[in-house]
Amino acid sequence: MRVFLATSIALALSSTGHAQQMDPAKDGHHMDHGGMAMPGGNPPSDPPMPMDHSMHAGDSMPPSSDPAPMDHSMHSGHAMPSPSAGKGNGAAAPSGHGMAGGHMHHGPVPGDPPHKPVDGRALTGPAHAADLSYDPAVMAKARANMIREHGEMTFAKVMLDRLETKIVDGKDGYAWEGDLWTGNDIDKLWIKSEGEGSFDAAPEQVEVQALWSHAIGPWFDVQLGARHDFRPNPDRTYGVVGVRGLLPYWLEVDGALFLSQKGDVTARGEVEYDLRITPKLILQPRAEVNLAAQNVPEIGVGAGLTQAELGLRLRYHVTQQFAPYVGVQWESAFGRTRRYLRAEGEDPSRAAVVLGLRAWF
Amino acid sequence: MKNYPVGRRNLLRSALFGSGALAMNSLFPAWAKTGTHGLASKDRTVLSGESLALTIARKDFQLDGRVGHAVTANGTLPAPLIRLKEGQRFRMAVTNHLNEDTSIHWHGLLVPPAMDGVPGISFPGIRPGETFVYDFPVRQSGTYWYHSHSGLQEQQGHYGPIVIDPAGADPVPYEREHVIVLSDWSFLHPHEIVGLLKKQGGFFNRGKQALTSPNRVSSQTNKSFAQMRMDPTDISDVSAAAYTFLMNGHSPDENWTGLFHAGERVRLRLINASAMSIYNFRIPGLPLTIVSVDGQNVRPVETDEFQISPAETYDMIVTPAGEQAYTIVAESIDRTGMARGTLAPRMGMSAAIPPLRERPTLKMVDMGMGGGSGHQMGGHNMGAMATKPEASMPHGSGHAGHDTPELPEKAPDAASHGGGMGHSMRDPKIAGFELNPGVDMISPMPADRTGYPGLGLENVGHRVLTYRDLEAATPNVDTRPPERQLDIHLTGNMERFMWSFDGKKLSENPDPIRFARNERVRVKLINDTMMTHPIHLHGHFFEIVNGKPPARQPKKHTLTVQPGGTASFDLTADEPGDWAFHCHLLLHMHAGMMRVVTVRPLEGEA
Repeated sequence: MRVFLATSIALALSSTGHAQQMDPAKDGHHMDHGGMAMPGGNPPSDPPMPMDHSMHAGDSMPPSSDPAPMDHSMHSGHAMPSPSAGKGNGAAAPSGHGMAGGHMHHGPVPGDPPHKPVDGRALTGPAHAADLSYDPAVMAKARANMIREHGEMTFAKVMLDRLETKIVDGKDGYAWEGDLWTGNDIDKLWIKSEGEGSFDAAPEQVEVQALWSHAIGPWFDVQLGARHDFRPNPDRTYGVVGVRGLLPYWLEVDGALFLSQKGDVTARGEVEYDLRITPKLILQPRAEVNLAAQNVPEIGVGAGLTQAELGLRLRYHVTQQFAPYVGVQWESAFGRTRRYLRAEGEDPSRAAVVLGLRAWF
Repeated sequence: MKNYPVGRRNLLRSALFGSGALAMNSLFPAWAKTGTHGLASKDRTVLSGESLALTIARKDFQLDGRVGHAVTANGTLPAPLIRLKEGQRFRMAVTNHLNEDTSIHWHGLLVPPAMDGVPGISFPGIRPGETFVYDFPVRQSGTYWYHSHSGLQEQQGHYGPIVIDPAGADPVPYEREHVIVLSDWSFLHPHEIVGLLKKQGGFFNRGKQALTSPNRVSSQTNKSFAQMRMDPTDISDVSAAAYTFLMNGHSPDENWTGLFHAGERVRLRLINASAMSIYNFRIPGLPLTIVSVDGQNVRPVETDEFQISPAETYDMIVTPAGEQAYTIVAESIDRTGMARGTLAPRMGMSAAIPPLRERPTLKMVDMGMGGGSGHQMGGHNMGAMATKPEASMPHGSGHAGHDTPELPEKAPDAASHGGGMGHSMRDPKIAGFELNPGVDMISPMPADRTGYPGLGLENVGHRVLTYRDLEAATPNVDTRPPERQLDIHLTGNMERFMWSFDGKKLSENPDPIRFARNERVRVKLINDTMMTHPIHLHGHFFEIVNGKPPARQPKKHTLTVQPGGTASFDLTADEPGDWAFHCHLLLHMHAGMMRVVTVRPLEGEA
C-alpha cells in the first residue's frame, strides 16, 4: 500500500517539473528537424552555432526569387517580387518568403549578430535615472511599489467542491469537501475540510487540514501541514505531506500521507476529471482510495486498502462558479476495515444517489 | 457563437419591452442617483495648444442601459483627443481627483525619461489631489495615444488619442479624417478580473472544446494539447464574457458613426487602447491602404484586413464611394464579440453587420513546433525545397496567400521526414534559464512568425496584412548591423495565470535590461506561450526585422509576437534613461511580464 502511494506521489512529482515528451508525428504534423539539433531558442549564453550559408533557404530557392543581395540581416534576400501586402495572387509571394524567413530566426544563422555581454558603458551612470529629477527617497518608495505591483499579488479562493445529499437505501446522509486558499502564485495557506454523516446520527467523519502549499512545478503544489479529525471518535491529529495538481490529460489529483500523533500512517489519493459534454454540462468521474500501514482498531481502520470511492457526477453550470449536480457514488471498505464495519453492524459497501452543489468564489 | 450577439438580443429586448424598458431607465437616470460621479461623456473633445490641462476623476459610464464606474480624463471616455503640431512645446497639467495615485504615459512619444509617466520608473506618480505638469518638446508626428500607467486604471477608461500633425506638409494626402479608438469595457472591476483568472486560468473562455462543440479540433490535436495540459481554444484570457468591445466609447449597438462625402480620401487613425483585446479590423467593401503604423509612415500598402494588438496604431486611407454606409468591424481575436461602427454619408445610415466568424483554435505551430509546412521546407529540408520548391506553397487563387505557410494540419505531408523524434515541450537546455512553476512551456522549435497574419486569419478569403508587408516610407537613418543579439523569452503559466520574461516576473527580477547608449542591438523575442503578446518598449522606436533591407525595416514601438513564434527588432538605443518594457496586455503586465530597460550613459555624462 505504501508502495502504491509512494509510486503515485512519485508519478505526480515526476510530471511536475520536468520536460514532457511530445511526438509531433503522432499528431499528424511531421516535422523534419533531424538536420538541426533543436535550433529553436538557443540559450543566450550559447555561442552561435557555426552554420554554413548554404543552410539558408534563400540559397536553395530558385535564383529568380532572390533579387536582392544578401545583407547582414539575411532577410532582404527574400524580398519577393511583390512588396505590397498581398495583392491578389501576388500575395502568395509573402508566404513563400515567410517560409524561408521562418527558419532564419529560430537559430543562429549567419546574419543574426552574436550574443555578447553588455557593453561596459551600459553599466555607467546612476542606477535610477529618475533619481536625478525627483527626490530619490520618494522614487525609492514608488519603485518598490511598482516592483510589487508587477507580479506580487495575493488572492484567495473558496472552493466548495462537493456539498451533497446522499440518498442511500434507508439511511440518507450528507457529505462535503471543500477548501480555501490564500496566498501568491507560489506559496499559499491552504485549508481543506471534508466530512460525512447520516441525517439521523452524529457525523461519521469531520476532518480539517491546514497546509502550506508550495508550487513545485507548473501544475503541482506540495502541501505540508496538519490534519485534525474531529470524527470519528477518538479524534486524532496528523502531520500531512501531500501533492496536488494536474496530470497530463487534465487529470486532477491529490494525494497525501498522514502520520498520526500515535504514530500510525495512512494515506489517501484522489483523482477526478471533467468531461465537458457541452460547455455548461460536465460529467465528472472521481475516484478515491484510502490506505493504512497498520491496523488502527480504535477508529476502525485495518492495514492495507481500507476504503475506496467511485463517483460519477453530472453538473450543470448555471454560472461559471455555481453548478448543481446529480450523480451516483459507490463506496466500499476492504480487508480488515471491512470486518470492523461488519462487526459494528454497518454495511461495508453502499451505493448512493447524490444531489449536490459545486461552487467557488 | 456565429451570430452577432449583442445586436440581436437588444433588438429583441427593445421589441419585447420597448417603451417599458425606456420608462424604467428614465425613472432612475444615472445622473440623478445620489452619490453619482456624473456620467462620462462620449462626445469627443479636442485639446490643442501649448498649455493644456486634464483632470482625472471617477465618473459613471453608461453603456447599453447599464452604468459602471469609470476613470476618466476631463469627464470623457475615451479621454479627449490631444492634437499637437510637431515642433511645438507640450505642457500638460494633470490633476488627480481620484482617491488613489494616477499617471499618464504618452504612448509612442519621444520624451525625456522623467516625463514618460510610469510611476516608479519615470517619476513618483501623481498623488490624490496633486497636479503634475508634463512639459516636453514634441519631436515627431503621427497617431499615438495616452493612458494611465497606474494600477489597472487603463482598463477603466483612462485612455485617449493623440494626433500630431507634421511640421511641414503631410506626405499622406487626405480630405477628411476620423480617429477610431478601440477599447474593451467591463462592468467587472479589473482586479476582480485578475482574481478570477488567478483562481481559474480559463475562466472567461466559454468556448472550450466539449463533446458537442460544432468546431471540434481533431482528436489527435486535442490529445496533444491535453497531454500538455494546454487548451486549443485558449485564445484570449478575457473574452466577451467580461467585455463589451467599444469604438470611440460606443457599444456596437450605439454604433459610432463617422461621416464622409463620396469619393473623399478618408484617413482613419485607428488606435487599440484595449486592456486585453486583440482585434481583427476590416471594413467590408472598402480596401484599406495602410499609410502609417505606430505613428511612423510606411509605404502605402493595400489590404482588406489586419490584426491590431493593444498599444498599436494603424493609419489608413479609405475612399468610400456612393451614398452607402460601410460597417467598421473590429472582431476580437477569439471571435466572441466585436466593436462595430459605421462610415456613412449621413447620420442614421448603417450597413449589414457581418456575423462573427468561426472561432479559431490553436495548432501545433502555436506551441512553437516550427513554422508549419513552410518552416519544415525552408528550415530543415533543403533537399526537398530544392527539388519541389512549390510543394508546400499551394497558392490560393485570389487569396492573400497567408493561408499557406502556417497550416500544418492541412499540409502535414509536405516534409514528412525524420518524424517520430519527440519534442520536449519544456526543455531547460532550449530555455537557458531556470524553469520554475511560472513556465509551463518552452517552444521547442520557435520560428519567425512576422509573416503570419494572426490566429484565424490564414484563410479568410481576402488579403490580410502582415508585418512583412510593411516598409518604412523614408529610409531609416541608422542602418548599422546590430553588434549583438539579446534573446528574451516570453513565458507564462496558463493555469496559474503567471506571466513573465525569461521565467521571472518583474517583482522577482527588478534588475534592468541594460543597453549602452547608441548601441545597435537586435532583440529577439521568443514566445514560449500559446498566446499572442504585444511587446512595447517605452521611449524608443525600433525596426522590425521583417525581411526588408535595414533602411526600410518599419519602425514601431510595439511588436506583436505570435504564439509559439519569434519576432525580432533592431534597436538603436539612443534615448538615455530608464524605460518600461512590457507586454501591453494589461493583465499580463500586471502579472509580471515587464522589465525595466536602462540606456546609459545619461545625457551629459558621455
